[in-house]
Amino acid sequence: MREKNNRRQRVLAGLIFSVIFLAVVCIGGILCKQEAAATDFSRKNLAPCTEYLFGTDWLGRDMFARTLRGLSVSILLGMVSAAVSAAAAFVLGVISAAMGRTADSAVSFCIDWVMGIPHILLLILISVALGKGFRGVAAGVALTHWPSLARVIRAEMIQLKESPYIQIAEKLGKRKGYLIRKHMLPHLMPQFFVGLVLLFPHAILHESSVTFLGFGLSSEQPAIGIILSESMRYLVTGQWWLAAFPGAMLVLVVILFYEIGENLRKLLSPGSAHE
Amino acid sequence: MRLDVKELSFAYQQRTGQGQQKHILQEFQLSVESRERVGLTAPSGFGKTTLCKLIAGYLQPDAGEILLDGKPLSSYRGYCPVQMIWQQPEQAVDPLLRMKDVIAEGDEVEERILAGLGIRTEWGNRFPGELSGGELQRFCIARALGKGTRFLLADEISTMLDLITQSQIWHFLMEETTQRNIGMLVVSHDRELLECVCTRIVEMI
Repeated sequence: MREKNNRRQRVLAGLIFSVIFLAVVCIGGILCKQEAAATDFSRKNLAPCTEYLFGTDWLGRDMFARTLRGLSVSILLGMVSAAVSAAAAFVLGVISAAMGRTADSAVSFCIDWVMGIPHILLLILISVALGKGFRGVAAGVALTHWPSLARVIRAEMIQLKESPYIQIAEKLGKRKGYLIRKHMLPHLMPQFFVGLVLLFPHAILHESSVTFLGFGLSSEQPAIGIILSESMRYLVTGQWWLAAFPGAMLVLVVILFYEIGENLRKLLSPGSAHE
Repeated sequence: MRLDVKELSFAYQQRTGQGQQKHILQEFQLSVESRERVGLTAPSGFGKTTLCKLIAGYLQPDAGEILLDGKPLSSYRGYCPVQMIWQQPEQAVDPLLRMKDVIAEGDEVEERILAGLGIRTEWGNRFPGELSGGELQRFCIARALGKGTRFLLADEISTMLDLITQSQIWHFLMEETTQRNIGMLVVSHDRELLECVCTRIVEMI
């Protein structure tokens, strides 16, 4: 009976629940594209009720549909930029560790350089330079989020290079490509995947904040940042639901992504779960 | 074949202080013939493992050279004819590779060698974490006995084995190296073992 609920299964259950929840949000958002934009003045400024779970705004738009839509846009954007960012981090980390001292100092300099500038500032600059919109924000997030993961991968590679079994394989006449493929990549994978998943919440939060500040997605798109910044004007008139529900959903999505990352870490490298 | 160590000097880099570097090896000389098994003994911290790492090419000497048949060992490309067996087998195998892949990294290790070292075939499908230190060490010895090996450096390889296994492995190693004309350098604190196994003994002082 104890087998039924061991730790591994709990972790797995949490992981699956988070993934399903996020997938539902994503698919829901794609399906209710029409609804999110539909205005209906006969139902404006309604407080949350059974028909409109999150209430409606001053144009009579269903806030539930808008929130879903906004979240799905955020998740999509997070996925694109986190994937690009993680890929860049991986390549740079491997180059830095595998290709000698000059390459290493060049990459390390870039890492320190990007880390030295506040994220949000660089993000706004890149986003505005690329003409805002989905493209601008995606590029901005992708170009600012790689350094931390690149640093982790570089450190891991350097540590691996010093390990006896890789030195032995080298003396057994194995080539560099073989060493990287057979000995290094399998050790890097857990770090990489966990790092990739943990980039999502960052990407989503930064996307929302840049959009909130008006440097991100255009205002006709129902992004979470837009919803929140618009609702600021109506908070004083007592329409709390305009900000509360979308904000809470954003926090929930971010927490769930963290949960996925942490659970993935526990599954892929069980040793770290004791920390 | 003949392995020559000529006037080898080596010091570990000291990061703190400008004081003079402590040479762990100074103009060390040694020659090993193919038919020999040379024992090497010294107290802890006298550079036995360092010497093995230098000879096998894991470290670069500050001065002096290592010659195999008169040619510098560094000029041999690919499989290194001088193989070292490390003291800690746990560090010497990739924890994410199955044992059969570990063995496959050696230079065409024959079945006969695996059998002679008492390695069971079903161990091949296990991961290093699923074997004991002694069992792992047998794999490390087998891996170092590939086709291209001419000299074998054994750095305290039997300390974690019980006496029966020790004797089993040393008998096999002596027979195998004599038959294939592989020279050996055996490092150990255990004087009795060296007297039993080696053709001559060198004190490193």
